Amino acid sequence: MNILELRGVSMTYGAVKALQNIDLAVKQGEWLAIMGPSGSGKTTMMNIVGCMDKASDGSVVLDGEELSRLSPKGLTAIRRDKIGLIFQQFHLVPYLTALENVVLAQYYHSMPDEAEALAALGNVGLGERARHLPSQLSGGEQQRVCIARALINCPQLILADEPTGNLDEANEKLVLKILHRLHESGSTIIVVTHSPEVGEHAERVIILEHGKIARTTTGAKLHKSA
Amino acid sequence: MNKRLVFVNMILRSLVRRRLRMLAAFLAVALGSTVLSGMLTLYRDIPRQLGREFRSYGANMVLVPSGESGIMSMDEVEAAAEHLPPDQLVGITPYRYESLGINRQPYTAAGVRFAQIAKTSPYWQVDGSWPARGDEIMIGADISRITGITPGTQARISGHARDMTPFALDMIVSGVVRTGGTEESVIFMELGSLERIMGAPGRVNLVEISIEAGQDELAALAAEIGENVEGATPRLVKRVASSEATVLGKLRFLVFLVAAVVMGLTLICVATTMMTVVMERRKEIGLKKALGAESGTVIMEFIAEGAVLGLAGGIAGVALGYYFAQLTSRSVFGRSVEFDLVAVPAALAAAVAVAVLACLLPVKKAAEVEPAIVLRGE
Repeated sequence: MNILELRGVSMTYGAVKALQNIDLAVKQGEWLAIMGPSGSGKTTMMNIVGCMDKASDGSVVLDGEELSRLSPKGLTAIRRDKIGLIFQQFHLVPYLTALENVVLAQYYHSMPDEAEALAALGNVGLGERARHLPSQLSGGEQQRVCIARALINCPQLILADEPTGNLDEANEKLVLKILHRLHESGSTIIVVTHSPEVGEHAERVIILEHGKIARTTTGAKLHKSA
Repeated sequence: MNKRLVFVNMILRSLVRRRLRMLAAFLAVALGSTVLSGMLTLYRDIPRQLGREFRSYGANMVLVPSGESGIMSMDEVEAAAEHLPPDQLVGITPYRYESLGINRQPYTAAGVRFAQIAKTSPYWQVDGSWPARGDEIMIGADISRITGITPGTQARISGHARDMTPFALDMIVSGVVRTGGTEESVIFMELGSLERIMGAPGRVNLVEISIEAGQDELAALAAEIGENVEGATPRLVKRVASSEATVLGKLRFLVFLVAAVVMGLTLICVATTMMTVVMERRKEIGLKKALGAESGTVIMEFIAEGAVLGLAGGIAGVALGYYFAQLTSRSVFGRSVEFDLVAVPAALAAAVAVAVLACLLPVKKAAEVEPAIVLRGE
């Protein structure tokens, strides 16, 4: 069963065609990597799939909902209820502790539950650091808080934008391990990345060039060709 | 853990953990609130402060006899005095006029209460001293000039009592009074002494009243006396009462104008600071929207921050404003102000309103921030 379907999706900014006639289907529980050089349309695609932007043309269906028909309020609701976002720059609220950052996502979603938020931080190995401010955490720890926040509302789709882009090798491994665990538990993951080392963990990899899907491959093949 | 608790926690964390950032906005609100509450306290206290000052211009109400007899009884005067608030009454002086001779020259004599006249007519200038004993009198400067009588000398007072019995007695002139008015041709003696000489005690021709009250309150008191006391008719000394009202009105308008300008400047200052704060937090706003916050929720968060900031600045401002008003009052009027329980909630409400109002424009901008900015890394 497809959780996400893009049919003939295009996006233009003035004269610039950021995405051109994209067709893509993502199965429930699949791990997809979107790769490509800068300006290839990765972020645009992420914005459209993440309900942060609307496609100029075409149809985007997420978990049975046609996104192009939704109002900004409707898109906000989908983003809140069905998507978990992981950012390259972590984007934690600086004046809230790790725990409060996770509770914040619950607050916007439904009812805050501190015990549940603590457990989510425990799952990413940060149970002991829950009361620390982002400035007191390392980059890897901040990214794990970001992951705990993305997962706290049990989203249908996890969207990760360069999740290891700002991490050292040890932390990159730790984050990828968490993503593997999520994948094994049945989560659908879409990762946007420059890094072949991250891309090769995905089941399927699409490579964008000039706003089009240039080719599709698998993580395993990407690993072999590296 | 309920949503309200998380909301309050988030607002307080935002203000406390970003205190250095919020300091400028807090100071702007506190400073505005200081001047505002100070001005408000002075605005409300000016009538009380200046009321005392204006009393140095003399009586602002007189009682005259109602009938054609030209006299009223002291009982009627006392009945009228009962309608005057004691804490606002500065002085009440009865006048009984008689015709007496001094060194065989005829003059008008007034029986008064010297202890009261010093309060109702504090502008009188006395050479020598005020009469302190029953055999002492005070004469006007014109009489002194014509008769050559000076303070400390004896003068022969003569005339006929009410029962037409002639009398002549020597009294000591303790002082000579200068007022620039008709008082300089009058002989003043204690009312009791005049009553003993002339007989027919307990009757007066005029009563001067000095009371701390604005023109409207004065008119209301006069109306009340007019309705309840038969033999005495109250009249306002319009020259004093209306000029007092004019000066007070102009001064209060000036204070109001300054307070309004301060409010405007505070609004601009806080709005500018809040705009900077919001611009700095665009990414945070984008993140919250990316996490699923509705625009209305983000707006509420900023308005709540503004309200708390306004309240905190207002509390600091009210405390400082009281000292500001105290310092101003002591240096300008030489008196203390009273803690004004109306100015406190008014200044707090104004501080919160200004802070919230100042947030509105930047918050509207905040609501327009696209969540996509967090992915673009702007």
